[in-house]
Amino acid sequence: MAKLKTPVSPEDHAQGDSLAPVTLVEYGDYECPHCGRAYPIVKGVQKHFGKRLLFVFRNFPLTQSHPHAEPAAETAEFAGSQGKFWEMHDLLFEHQNRLGLPLFEQLAEELDLDPEALSASLESHEFVARVRADFSGGVRSGVNGTPTFYINGVRHNGSFDFEYLVEAIEADLAAPRP
Amino acid sequence: MSDILPAGTPAPDFTLPVTPDQKLSLSELRGKPVILAFYPADWSPVCGDQMGLYNEILPEFEKHGAELLGISVDGAWCHVAFAEARSYRFPLLADFEPKGEVARAYGVYRSADGMSERALFVIDKDGKIAWSYLSPIGVNPGADGILDALESLPK
Repeated sequence: MAKLKTPVSPEDHAQGDSLAPVTLVEYGDYECPHCGRAYPIVKGVQKHFGKRLLFVFRNFPLTQSHPHAEPAAETAEFAGSQGKFWEMHDLLFEHQNRLGLPLFEQLAEELDLDPEALSASLESHEFVARVRADFSGGVRSGVNGTPTFYINGVRHNGSFDFEYLVEAIEADLAAPRP
Repeated sequence: MSDILPAGTPAPDFTLPVTPDQKLSLSELRGKPVILAFYPADWSPVCGDQMGLYNEILPEFEKHGAELLGISVDGAWCHVAFAEARSYRFPLLADFEPKGEVARAYGVYRSADGMSERALFVIDKDGKIAWSYLSPIGVNPGADGILDALESLPK
């Protein structure tokens, strides 16, 4: 049973109550169509559990098959450095079929971020170390493709369709606590 | 069927097509660790694909001087098309004729399905199996076990 080796920390991008009984971690790739499909599902799961769920997103760009995945991840990190990670995360998934520098700059503008500062950041790979650190931690935790989910630190091996994710989280909530 | 060969067993040697006109023997790789990744079939779904993941983290394997070999019962031409479509940078071996013979030797052939299990072996530089793992066929095992095994090899 694969387990999360890098514990959730304040360094992570997290949505929800940090004291929530369940933490859902996703390792994702902005260019991966499966992650694109998972994006609204996760939103639904967050809505379903409300305060009982903390959601964390970590980068796992499959650069060999997805040429825009890493710059997209860096774009989200750039936005994150200015307090707008989730806004950019959402916009990237919502425009997944148009990833590339023109879109990144356009989205930066939409979020009142400086598009020139973004392109300089991408040029210098300012956030690449952060993205690679997420990736390496994911590899060591048994990430086996994208998206990979962990429910309270344990890899979710089944389908990520809404009812399966909800069921797995319910099962975890119902399990006796040590 | 027989059981998956455990750690400590000498890795059975084999010679298999690595391209339509080239063959590779396991014994040629003596002196460095070898990762042998048996998988059921080419052309499984894209992003959750095990070989795609290994392609991505090849540099982590290379840090250990290890050679990665993918192996399935698909033919050499099928492998060529598959590897080109996915830009794989490591060899895929065709355990095609006699079908699944190498998978059988390693105890990871599914006779009922005519394909191999999803199974991993880390073979040390002396040709001995240092670690083996049989994954449920529908579950991509990831790479954490391989990396743990490579790290545990004596230097």
